[in-house]
Amino acid sequence: MTQLALVIDLNVCVGCHACVTSCKEWNASGEAGSLVDERPYDRDPTGTFFNRVQTFEVGEFPNTQTVHFPKSCLHCEDPPCVPVCPTGASFKRESDGLVLVDYDKCIGCKYCAWACPYGVRELDENRKVMTKCTLCVDRIDNEALPEADRKPACVLACPTSARLFGDIHDPESIVSKAIREAGGYQLMPEWGTQPANHYLPRRKTEMRIHEDELSRSDNPLKIDGLLPKPAAKDPSLDDVTSW
Amino acid sequence: MHPAFSVIFLTTLIGVGQGLFLALYAAEIGAAFHRLPEQDASFYSTGSFIVLGFLALGLSASFFHLGRPERAWRTAAMWRTSWLSREVIVLPAFMAVVLAYGLAHIYDGRSTLFIGAIGTFLGIALFVCTAMIYACIRFLQEWATPWTVVNFTVLGCASGFTLAAAYAHATAPELAAGYACAAILLTFVALCTRMASLIRNARIRPRSTLQTAIGIKHPQIVQKAQGFMGGSFNTREFFHGKPEAVVQAVKWGFVVLVFPVPAALLAAGAVWNIPGLFGAAFAAQYAGLIAERWFFFAQARHPQNLYYQAIS
Repeated sequence: MTQLALVIDLNVCVGCHACVTSCKEWNASGEAGSLVDERPYDRDPTGTFFNRVQTFEVGEFPNTQTVHFPKSCLHCEDPPCVPVCPTGASFKRESDGLVLVDYDKCIGCKYCAWACPYGVRELDENRKVMTKCTLCVDRIDNEALPEADRKPACVLACPTSARLFGDIHDPESIVSKAIREAGGYQLMPEWGTQPANHYLPRRKTEMRIHEDELSRSDNPLKIDGLLPKPAAKDPSLDDVTSW
Repeated sequence: MHPAFSVIFLTTLIGVGQGLFLALYAAEIGAAFHRLPEQDASFYSTGSFIVLGFLALGLSASFFHLGRPERAWRTAAMWRTSWLSREVIVLPAFMAVVLAYGLAHIYDGRSTLFIGAIGTFLGIALFVCTAMIYACIRFLQEWATPWTVVNFTVLGCASGFTLAAAYAHATAPELAAGYACAAILLTFVALCTRMASLIRNARIRPRSTLQTAIGIKHPQIVQKAQGFMGGSFNTREFFHGKPEAVVQAVKWGFVVLVFPVPAALLAAGAVWNIPGLFGAAFAAQYAGLIAERWFFFAQARHPQNLYYQAIS
């Protein structure tokens, strides 16, 4: 079974919000809906977003780290928002594991938003239905787009490739390898929701230089490391002290 | 959580209705076993229509909670998994049975005990469904406890029996004192169970922390930016937005209004037979229940709030 997901590398994210704006642009003009903004240029603006980048400071000054943390729907494998929906508008798609909302069935009771510990469902104040990240379902299945573009808008926008997209149930996919090899983890594991999206932790970046990296380790004539000597007849700086 | 008045009125009004129905049926059972005086049909039928009025008021209040009320008929679909869906099925079924109970008393008079038994079952099932909507959300730790079901049931019964005392005072005075005693007893039980849940909730340690929310295992993490400066659904729906003093005032307000005040008024009304005291007891208790439900919502701390602590 396929389970599409994002893997977000916190070691690489620079907090530029390109994924946020790209998500907003694509989904405001796509099938997922209007993503309404109320009073965007006025006092007390409010808006609907599927994706946010938040910033946390870890540690105590001066030993602090700034962590930029993108947050969108995690497409849980056991999503608590789905069984509570009274109309069946909220569902987990069998074919690829996406958690989606059928806007024509949703009654806007907000119960699914209460039942999501991550706060990734937002009520569209205009259409009065629940909206959420679809992993750009209208891009990833879109035959009209070139193969390389069939990815979520946030993934395509990320300038540092901090966002990977793929099937976490396929052990050879780029996301499975990243989770396996870079210590991918899930958010709030205590609730057993098994989020499909994973995060890669911050890593210590330090340069290690080994001795054999300074000279060639295979040194067939054993001449690497010998300093060049000027010839006897070469001119020296003062023409006297050459030898 | 942000307390929504539509839901506050829904849960308290149908609670009164359910409790009043149980009170009516208890009187009929008592009469059937010759323990209580017989009442004429109009006592039960008028009572049933009062129950129906409370249930209808609650149902109409619930529509104000929906973004798309015209699609409310769809909510019966997912009764296999959703307690909300189950409530939406049981509430109209209960209303239908209450109507049938009232009509049976007027026109038939024979099958009322049987219809009342079905109504009692549905009324109790409705308490469970309503409370489980909240109790089943496991990460809202203030709600995820059997106390939620117990309190919804006992508080609904207490307010229903208080109303029954006021109703009987006007229509069947020989029952009023009995109802008042039962209401005082139920109010005392509700005091015990609600206090138990207050004590439990005061000692809760949240299982979700900033560490588990973003997966960084450092004891000191501070949010510096939530990613936006304007408002959003997340910052409105999950925060009550009132100062702690208001929350505490509401808490002590409901503790006084729901338990000692109506109990004292009921006792005084039963002893001195002063007209209007039972009605005042119900008014005080219902006002207290609105505060109780407001506090119930405001007290629940949603884990998503961890992500929305600082604007910038």
